[in-house]
Amino acid sequence: MNPPDFFGPGHRACAGCGCVITLRHVLQALDGKCFVVNSTGCMEVVSTPYPESSWDVPYIHSLFENAGAVASGIESALKALGRKDEGKVVVIAGDGATADIGVQTLSGMLFRGHDVLYICYDNEAYMNTGVQMSGLTPLGAHTTTSPAGKVIPGNSLDKKDMPSFALAHKARYVATSSIAYLGDIKKKVRKAGGIVGPSYIQIHSPCVPGWGYDSSKTVEVARLAVETGLYPIFEYENGELISVRKIKKRKPVEEYLRMQARFRHLFKDERGKEIIEKIQEIADMNAKKFGLDA
Amino acid sequence: MIMRKVVEGSIAVAHAVRTIKPDVIAAYPITPQTHIVEKISEYIANGELNAEYVRADSEFSAISILVGASATGARTFTSTSSQGLALMHEVLFNAAGMRLPIVISVANRALSAPLNIWNDQQDSISQRDSGWIQFYAEDIQEAHDLLAIAYRVSEDIEVRLPSMVCMDGFILTHAYEPVELFEESEIRDFLPDYNPEVYLTTENPLTFGALATPEYYTEFRYVQTRAMERAEKKIAESLKEFNEHFQRGETDLLPVHGPEDGDVLVVSSGSLVSTVKEVAEKLGNDGFGVKVGKMLCFRPFPADAMRKIADGVDKVIVFEKDVSPGSEGAIFSEVKGALYHSENRPEAYGFAVGLGGRDVPERVLEKLIMECIRGERKEGFHFGDVRPVREAIL
Repeated sequence: MNPPDFFGPGHRACAGCGCVITLRHVLQALDGKCFVVNSTGCMEVVSTPYPESSWDVPYIHSLFENAGAVASGIESALKALGRKDEGKVVVIAGDGATADIGVQTLSGMLFRGHDVLYICYDNEAYMNTGVQMSGLTPLGAHTTTSPAGKVIPGNSLDKKDMPSFALAHKARYVATSSIAYLGDIKKKVRKAGGIVGPSYIQIHSPCVPGWGYDSSKTVEVARLAVETGLYPIFEYENGELISVRKIKKRKPVEEYLRMQARFRHLFKDERGKEIIEKIQEIADMNAKKFGLDA
Repeated sequence: MIMRKVVEGSIAVAHAVRTIKPDVIAAYPITPQTHIVEKISEYIANGELNAEYVRADSEFSAISILVGASATGARTFTSTSSQGLALMHEVLFNAAGMRLPIVISVANRALSAPLNIWNDQQDSISQRDSGWIQFYAEDIQEAHDLLAIAYRVSEDIEVRLPSMVCMDGFILTHAYEPVELFEESEIRDFLPDYNPEVYLTTENPLTFGALATPEYYTEFRYVQTRAMERAEKKIAESLKEFNEHFQRGETDLLPVHGPEDGDVLVVSSGSLVSTVKEVAEKLGNDGFGVKVGKMLCFRPFPADAMRKIADGVDKVIVFEKDVSPGSEGAIFSEVKGALYHSENRPEAYGFAVGLGGRDVPERVLEKLIMECIRGERKEGFHFGDVRPVREAIL
C-alpha cells in the first residue's frame, strides 16, 4: 500500500516534473507533520491557484526571497506559544530563491540556529519565469539569459557551493540528494526532521522544459547526474562528512550532457569540446573530494 | 494607581510593548529607533518580558519573521526607521494582503540620498498604499498609548490589518517627558489576549498566500479596502474607550483644537501639531481665528471628518514633513481631495517643512500662516522654509 500523500493531485506542474517528486516525498517522509514555507517559484504557482490548494499541511507562501525569515518566525511563534510538538518547520525553495535572492534570509536562519529544515529543490535555473540562469545553473548550460551564442557558449560560471555555505553556518545537518534515489531522500529528510536545529538538504530535481529531455526520462537524467559524479550525494552531521553515495563505475559526463537540449551546443564544435572537458574536470574533482569511486 | 514617570520617548514605547506582551519580537538596529529595541533586549535579558526575541539580519528579515509568526497565531512587534522601513516595503504589502495584524513602531526619519538621520515623515508617508493603518503621535504619551490602540484595532476580527505607530525621530524618541505608563493589569482590560480564529496549525491545515488570478485578485483588494473603512470606525471607538479607561487621550479620529468658528484651519501631523497649536493660540490672542486639525491617522484617511472640521473655514493650510517630487505633499493632496466635495471649498495652501530634521520654529509657521491670511501667498504647494539655492546644472 502506498503511504498517504500530503500533496494532492490536480496541481498544474508539467508532466515528468522532478520538483513535484521531491516535495511529495519530503512530505511523506515527515508524515505530513510539518509547516511548509514555500518561496515564490514553480512549486508555489502550480499548487495554490486560489481557491484551490494541493497542500494537506499548513502552508504559507510569502515572497520570493524571505522563506528563511518566515520559517524563523513560524518556529519562534511555535516556541512562544508552546506548540513545538505540532510539527517541523520546513522550507521548500527553488535554487534561485535559495542561492541568489534569498541567500541572506537563509544565512540569518542558519546562523540563529532555528529548528528549521531547509529543502532546496535544485532544478538549476529560474524555471518559473522561463529558464533564466541562477547561481546553481551548471557550467556550459544554455538558459535564456546565458544563451549559447556565436561568441559566448552558454553559462560561463559553475554552480555556487550551497552545501558549503550551510556548513560554514554550522548547520546541524547538511546533505544532498536526488529524485533518482527516493529512499535516500526519505532517509535524509527523516533524519533531519529528528534533529533539533537548522538543516539544509539540496535535492537535484530535473526540469523537463528547462533542461530539454523527454518527460519519461526525469529519473534517468537525474541518475546520470549522480553516476557521472556531477551531482555528488553526501551528508554531513555536525560538520563531519558521514556518508557518500559511491559509484561503481563512473560514467563520462557526455552521457549526461548528451541527453539534454541545454547542453546540445557543446557537441557542435571545438570550443564546446573544451567546455565538456572542463565539466569532466568538475566531475573528477567531485570524485576526488568525496571519494565517489567505489 | 497611575504610574507617572519622566522617561525618554523610546523607553515609553518599550514599556508599552512590555505590558502588551507580544509573543514574538524581531529586532534590527537603526537610528533613531535603536533605544526601543535595546530596552526590549534588556527586558528579555532580565526576564521582565517573556517573548521570543529574534535578532534579525535586516529589517527585511525582521518584518518577514513577523509574517511567519503572525500567521502562526502569535502577537508580534518590531520597530524601525527610514531606510529600514523602505527595505520592508515589499513585505509590508504582503503582510497587509495576508491580513496579518502585525504592529510596528516607526521612528520617523528622512530617506537617503543625501544621507540624513534626522526627522521628517517621508519614510512612512511613502508607505501609504501598502495597506497598513498609520497612526501619528503628537507626543510621547500618545506614542505610548497609541500602541495599545493599534493592537486592539489591528487584531479586531472586523479589521485584521497591520498598523504602524509613527513618532518623530529624536523629537519624540529621544526627548524626556512625564508619561503615565501602563500597568500590566490595566492594559489587560483594554486589550484582550490575541486569539485568532485562523492561523497555521497542523490540526487544521490551511494555505496562506495563494496565487490569485485576474478572476480573484480584485476581490482580495476590495475586501482589504472595506476592512480599512471599518478600521476607521474601530479607531474612533477605541479612542473613546481608551479615554474612558485611562482618562486621557484624544476622543476623536481627527481632533480639532482652537476656536470652533475659526476661519483658518491648519492641518498637521506628529509632533508638529504641538508647535502649530502654540502658534494658533498666539494668533488667536492677536485676533485671528485659527483652529488646528490633528491628523492622528493617515490611513485610513479620515475624509468625512476632514470635511466636517473644514466646514465654514475660508482657508486650509497644511504643514507636512514630506514631499512627492513632481507633485506636492501627500497630506496636502489628500486634504484637498476630501474637500473637493465640500459645498464651500476653502482656499488651500500646503507647505513642506521640517525636512531632514530642519527645525520648525513657531516664527516660521506664524509667518507662513500670516502670509496666507494676508493673501501674500499663491494657493497651492510650497516649500515652507527653503534657502536660495543655485542648481549646478543651470
